[in-house]
Amino acid sequence: MVLWLLVGVPLVAGAALLLGGRRADRAAAPAGLAVSALLLGLAITAALTRPAISAEFLDGMPFALRVDGLSAALVVLVPSVLLAVLAFSVGELGARFFGLMLLFADAMLVTVTATGLVPLLLGWEVMGAASYALIGFHWAEPGRARAGTIAFLATRGADLGLYVAAGAALAGGAGALGLHQLAQLPDGWRDVVAAGVLLAAFGKSAQLPFSFWLSRAMAGPSPVSAMLHSATMVAAGAYLLLRLEPLLGATPWAGWLAMWAGVATALALGAVAVVQRDLKQLLAASTCAQVGFMVLAAGAGAVAGGTAQLVAHAATKSLLFLCAGAWLAALGTQSFPGLRGAARRHPVVGVTFAVGALSLAGLPPLSIWLAKDALLAEVLHRSVPLYLLGLAATALSAAYAGRALTLALSAPAHGDAQRVAIGPWRWAPLLPLAAGAAALGLLALPWLPPLKWPELLASALVAAAAATAAAALVHVRGEVAEQDVLSGWLRLEQAARLAVVRPLDAMASACARFDERVVDGGVRLSAAVATAAARLAGNRLEWSVDGAVRGVARGARAMGRLARRPQTGQLHQYYAQAVVALALLALLLVIL
Amino acid sequence: MLSIVVFLPVVAALALLAAPGASDRVVRWTWVAVSALVLALVVALWIGYSPGASGFGYETQVNWIPTVGSGYHVGVDGLSLPLVALTAVLFLSCAVYSLRETHRVRSLAALFLFLETVCLGVFVALDLLLFFVFFDLSIVGMYFVIAGWGHSGAARAAVKFFLYTFLGSLALLLGFIGLYLAASPHTFDMLDLTRQDPMAGKGAVAVLVMLAIVVGLAVKTPTVPVHTWLPPAHVDAPAAGSAILAGVLLKMGTYGFVRIAMPILPQTWRAYAPVILAVGIVSVLYGALVALAQRDFKRMIAYTSVNHMGYVVLAVGAAAMLADTEAQARQLAVTGAVTQMVSHGLITGALFLLSGVLFERGKTYDMASYGGLARQLPAFAGITAVAVFASLGLPGFSGFIAEFQIFTGSIGAAPVPVGFALLGVLITAVLFLRAYQQVFLGPTKTRVAGDLTLTETVAIGPLMLLAVAIGLFPRFLLDVIEPAASVL
Repeated sequence: MVLWLLVGVPLVAGAALLLGGRRADRAAAPAGLAVSALLLGLAITAALTRPAISAEFLDGMPFALRVDGLSAALVVLVPSVLLAVLAFSVGELGARFFGLMLLFADAMLVTVTATGLVPLLLGWEVMGAASYALIGFHWAEPGRARAGTIAFLATRGADLGLYVAAGAALAGGAGALGLHQLAQLPDGWRDVVAAGVLLAAFGKSAQLPFSFWLSRAMAGPSPVSAMLHSATMVAAGAYLLLRLEPLLGATPWAGWLAMWAGVATALALGAVAVVQRDLKQLLAASTCAQVGFMVLAAGAGAVAGGTAQLVAHAATKSLLFLCAGAWLAALGTQSFPGLRGAARRHPVVGVTFAVGALSLAGLPPLSIWLAKDALLAEVLHRSVPLYLLGLAATALSAAYAGRALTLALSAPAHGDAQRVAIGPWRWAPLLPLAAGAAALGLLALPWLPPLKWPELLASALVAAAAATAAAALVHVRGEVAEQDVLSGWLRLEQAARLAVVRPLDAMASACARFDERVVDGGVRLSAAVATAAARLAGNRLEWSVDGAVRGVARGARAMGRLARRPQTGQLHQYYAQAVVALALLALLLVIL
Repeated sequence: MLSIVVFLPVVAALALLAAPGASDRVVRWTWVAVSALVLALVVALWIGYSPGASGFGYETQVNWIPTVGSGYHVGVDGLSLPLVALTAVLFLSCAVYSLRETHRVRSLAALFLFLETVCLGVFVALDLLLFFVFFDLSIVGMYFVIAGWGHSGAARAAVKFFLYTFLGSLALLLGFIGLYLAASPHTFDMLDLTRQDPMAGKGAVAVLVMLAIVVGLAVKTPTVPVHTWLPPAHVDAPAAGSAILAGVLLKMGTYGFVRIAMPILPQTWRAYAPVILAVGIVSVLYGALVALAQRDFKRMIAYTSVNHMGYVVLAVGAAAMLADTEAQARQLAVTGAVTQMVSHGLITGALFLLSGVLFERGKTYDMASYGGLARQLPAFAGITAVAVFASLGLPGFSGFIAEFQIFTGSIGAAPVPVGFALLGVLITAVLFLRAYQQVFLGPTKTRVAGDLTLTETVAIGPLMLLAVAIGLFPRFLLDVIEPAASVL
């Protein structure tokens, strides 16, 4: 029952707010806050009682949800972030926003409690559609709707992997499409399932080569980014891989692929983040990189570490995006020249941003430091090179976080930093998130595998050194140099456009031309031929057939005339005719 | 009871024609009332539905033309009942939508009521000759709708539609006669034919008969390459006509596959299933690609119909390729196919009515002429957004239930080709979102006034509600379809 309420209440409330439209604007914020507070209560109850529900859905494939250890963490995380984000949005955004956010969170709740591919896919894709509507929220402004479209299409393209996985799972004998059945599938089908799952997860978590959509997703309002980058969307991909870790374990190439893709994304997008001049773009690239660590963890079998990283990162990143949103509203900018000294202008926002940035940098004793170390320790068991690359990615995290923090703390370009007014709805939600970013790692210690001091120290030193270096560089050199490839997110979007969109459009117009000229042309041609044949028949054939008929008639008439000749009516002529006829008959008899 | 439902509309049509004194207002509301009554009766049929030993409910069998072994044999099962219900729903929607029609209302109402009888007749007929008569009459009825109430190019499009589909139905008739001759005793009764399996071991004759039947049905569905009558017919038909054409008439083709071709010619169907599958896959991808290149909103939706009906053909092809050990997958594919027919009827019916609203407000279907409509017509934009996401197969709508079952069931039959066909899902997403972005979002281009009226909302809204109902609570539909799908 708790679980039904947990997934049912936000659905109904969200749909009601959306249907209400502008009339519901005034009620939207209180309703949204009340629902998300209720959800948080339900989620905590669910995490403690671990309920399971099931309803008939497709033939032999029930709509079954369950809360277990991994789900419990996420089930509590989603409403927590939702509550903070919605509180932050009070007074600015209307019913459409609150309704969509509730649906967005609901879809994530279904995704993380699903026990089979059917409910998973249901939540998974509805989440994508909600993200489309949220990214393009200010659809009237140029480019916003396009950004939503790109984000939706990139993730949906990858989602097809889950359809393939479902078909392969059924063909392989997992009739109910249960997630726990996937690891036991026979070879072949299991490989297909693993490939489909990896594709879908990489797309959703904006891993290479799908990372570009996350850059576009920045077109949404800041609260949307705060939600999308922390507890939903990108988190869903990582969650799926953590949930299906047994499948990756049973399919060794898939595990290795996940590890390498994760570490590659962490490195490449970490480098992208270092050079961004827009705070939200920096944070977005860092999301890809941080989620890369979760993917790495899933591939390495470090489920506890990966989950800790997911939760710690969610608190940290939602905090940072809300800070960026607060500054954007107060200062009218989200790019660094304008954000210099922003942290000095409001104490709460400044301090919480600092906590978030330091956690993101992986500095002790904050949450991400512990989480990342827990997962890197497992990676070290699997492969030393991957561990070292992971450490290098940690250094990059520290570098971009250090750079952002230094810029935000430094003296503004012109004059002293004046205080700006930021209302309590804006700063109050930052406090619990900052607390999470700081302390969740320590709270998670009982669930994490025992950590070794040398590794902890190593990663802390790497992070501290990189962050210090970045800070020093900012002080000495000022702004980083513009970097074409890195600033442009490795030109991934252009590449996708060139490799996928252009050929698709070319093929589409070729098909349309073919359809018009050849397929329909054939139909038109046969119609023309038929008409011509008819005309021919009408003019010539019909005429000659008619002529033949007339000829036959004429012949018959002539014969008739001929036959009428002897019929004179005079008896003597008949006698004469009879004599001639009899004579002929007699002659015939003689001859024969 | 079933016959009353079928013939009630045509009786009402005759009554309307026989009462020339009635005002347009009375005619319109009579039309709506009769359609609503039919729907109410169909709901009652659904509630009371319990198939007998033959697998059919509400079966009636009366002698009709005994000399050729043809009877008036009607009944519904899990394959036809959902389509009967879909027909009743769509005709009611079109009746409501046409409440603002002013052009020769009496004839239009009579024609639509006649068409309703014909469409219901196709889905309940259990005799090939009866099926054929209704099948052919649907072409006649739709011809007059397009020619009489269509846009500028309607006369030409109507003739093309008529001749093309009529040719298809002649092929169908040839196939039916082939079946009749092969059966002993000679009969047109579908159930007798299924029991007899007259084409078993007939070799080339069986192939020719199936070819005739499949071609006849493929034209109506339509599948690539016999689909080119569809776009002009849709573009020039009135909105309500398009909704019925796409929503109901196209289903006659795919329904024929599951009702006639699969059960009566089981071996031949199985032998040539890969060909059917290939036609389905080509229709899916080709339809989606051509739709992507369209600039005309209505033409684009017409081509997505080729894509969506392609999923049905794909599923019935794949189902026949699956071995008996994969009963679950096979049943899933066939159930998905029938669900897709219902789902496509609801969603595309709604999209065509919406395109009628678009034309009404902006006087063109050209998408490039629009922009930012969501500002001026928020309710219209909202309901179109819902229809668009429903049509691209988003979970939570009926399209997902259909497509997920089709693909999940079919992949086992031919993993690589079916996996390839999945790209059709992505291409439809691309084209719908691009179209929506161009017409409704971004900066405003044209001044357009008049958001959805009450009648338009009442006509289109319920279609979307049903699509959501099937998407979230599919059991009420699947419980009816699955038993019938499992015997195919």
